[in-house]
Amino acid sequence: MDAIILQILNGLDKGSAYALIALGLTLIFGTLGVVNFAHGALFMIGAFCAVTMQRLLSLSYEEIDPTRTDFLGNPLKVEVPYVEHWFGPDLGGAIIDWSVPLGILLAIPVMIGLGFAMERGLIKHFYKRPHADQILVTFGLAIVLQEIIKYFFGANPIQTGAPAAFSGSFDFGTLLGFDPNVIIYPYWRMVYFLFSLVIIGGVFAFLQFTTFGMVVRAGMADRETVGLLGIDIDRRFTLMFGLAAAVAGLAGVMYTPILAPNYHMGMDFLVLSFVVVVVGGMGSLPGAVLAGFMLGILQSFASMNEVKSLIPGIDQVIIYLVAIVILLTRPRGLMGRKGVMED
Amino acid sequence: MFGLSARDTRFLLIVIALTLLTPILLQPFPEGSSLAQFNAGYPDLMQKFAIFGIFAIGFNILFGLTGYLSFGHAAFLGVGSYTVVWMYKLLGYNVLPGLLLSVVISAAFALLIGFISLRRSGIYFSILTLAFAQMSYNLAYSVLTPITNGETGLQVYASDPQILAGSGAPTSPHLFGLVMRNSAQVDLGGWVFTFNVGYYFCAVMAILAFYISLRIFRSPFGMMLRAIKTNQTRMNYTGLNSRPYTLAAFVISGMYAGLAGGLLAAMDPLAGAERMQWTASGEVVLMTILGGAGTLMGPVLGAGFIKYFENIFSKINDGILHGWFAFLPDGLEDFIVACFHPFVGKGWHLTLGILFMLVVIFLPGGLVEGMQRIWRLVRRRKSGGPKRKDPEHRPTAAPHMAE
Repeated sequence: MDAIILQILNGLDKGSAYALIALGLTLIFGTLGVVNFAHGALFMIGAFCAVTMQRLLSLSYEEIDPTRTDFLGNPLKVEVPYVEHWFGPDLGGAIIDWSVPLGILLAIPVMIGLGFAMERGLIKHFYKRPHADQILVTFGLAIVLQEIIKYFFGANPIQTGAPAAFSGSFDFGTLLGFDPNVIIYPYWRMVYFLFSLVIIGGVFAFLQFTTFGMVVRAGMADRETVGLLGIDIDRRFTLMFGLAAAVAGLAGVMYTPILAPNYHMGMDFLVLSFVVVVVGGMGSLPGAVLAGFMLGILQSFASMNEVKSLIPGIDQVIIYLVAIVILLTRPRGLMGRKGVMED
Repeated sequence: MFGLSARDTRFLLIVIALTLLTPILLQPFPEGSSLAQFNAGYPDLMQKFAIFGIFAIGFNILFGLTGYLSFGHAAFLGVGSYTVVWMYKLLGYNVLPGLLLSVVISAAFALLIGFISLRRSGIYFSILTLAFAQMSYNLAYSVLTPITNGETGLQVYASDPQILAGSGAPTSPHLFGLVMRNSAQVDLGGWVFTFNVGYYFCAVMAILAFYISLRIFRSPFGMMLRAIKTNQTRMNYTGLNSRPYTLAAFVISGMYAGLAGGLLAAMDPLAGAERMQWTASGEVVLMTILGGAGTLMGPVLGAGFIKYFENIFSKINDGILHGWFAFLPDGLEDFIVACFHPFVGKGWHLTLGILFMLVVIFLPGGLVEGMQRIWRLVRRRKSGGPKRKDPEHRPTAAPHMAE
């Protein structure tokens, strides 16, 4: 029992990342009908927003500390971050410590801006072209974005820590009445899971309870009719593209303490997220979220030693195996709508 | 001749001539000159041209003719490589048994994957092939280590049986005594030409592959595949079951990929799982699109183009750039070098990505279409005559995937 709970918990954080990326992908596919292969790159750029934020906050100048000397007896030069200089060592240190969550402040405008630029500058011209062309051009864009990041940040993963308050683990088992030290779970993964729930809830609430969301949902169902009613649906869809980019970016920002960001993390996640979208059903938002969590948890179950000794190698292929079975038995995916990309 | 029309025969003969003269044609600059680094006439690179040409020709039979976009073709490449290295280990360094078997095994593998994947079309087909290829890649790294030797890669050890290898047999890949890595160097007043056995072996294979693909393009079977690309629904309504045709195309392209993988191992007796990764599948898609999907020469051009960039562009560093722009005033020189810096050397992928995007946006027919546009422009200016219809090399804007 404790092992099962542990695996569910372990699957949650990966599942959250899959769900968030897949949610954005589905949003773009559902509204604009575009298969966006650059979505993984957006996730990666979000992660690098956190890195940038950390570097910005740690910008420092040299100051001579009169009270201390170095080993030669000269006055010691110390690096003082500007933030500490302005806000004092306590508040300044705390701000630097919290640079990953603060990265959200940077990521939101950057990602929305990037999303707008992508949609207006590139994707717009591909609505009428076949899906293969959309895949190819966004694949090319993903390569370009990835190489730009590599040029500025290098090819090595960059460690970006969580705030000190969340850096440890807590004993989840004792909450449920298990023995101590049976179910240990890092705080930050819990934070990530809750964060993803908030984002997913926010997106659904936005679509469900606002007039804007209602129009967008109507547009997803029948774009032409909404256009005929005199609503500028294109502009709203552009906004949705920005929103989807922001969701991917935020998923990336908060993921940095779990996985040190490198320039190709986007591609690694993209392949799996596409599988998630297809399993959930193209164009179905609840399907994407459900499939994301389901596949994340399945993957962590498959990597249990007991399962691996039963079926060797299952942890490596479980996601793809599930995808193949679902694609062949349920042509529309788990929760796909009728008539959307059925063929 | 060869069962081809006069025009196709001429085309084939030109291709054969170009392929056989590659070691001379790709060596246009004399040794030691500042442009010598643009020479591509060294064996390693020329072999890659031929091998990836074969890979792309095969991919084009599936994607170019039927419109099914497979994102998992690298799996067959890897299977081919592993087969050949296993044949080295068991039988000896003669490449022939390995190559034959690699084609057979990749065909069987393609039959299995194709049979399942082709039940769906469009993006679902892409995802299914991707899933199969990623599964093979992950398994090759983990559970199948006894067969694939995991991360180390499969290679031949002194303790391997090699039952067919005689006492005097060469200790590297060969074809009945013709050692692949042997080459003859001809020095003609500054120009050095390298004629490599391995390259000519690959070149003969590539010409064969090209000839077969030419025959497929001109055959009723090829017409049928094109009809499937244009409108599969209509084909089904006329009472035709299109599945056997697409499956045949998938298996044929899988065999091409297996042969290419086998040749990779025939040139360099190593096989690693990274050949099966989805980025490798993406690369052949890039090659085919960049050159021109659905055209005969396009994929080969694309393969050559990408491999040339990968090997030549990535070698250009700041020192070489400074050498080129040395005639400029100092400040301007530094500025121009700084402008070029992100796009060459390690950053050549950036150039490739931008180029690929430009091709998809402005030239959906790839490099072949670009050349035809230029050609037509020149001709029209000369004669002012009407445009010649050429449906073969300028396919109409049919949907790329069966939708």
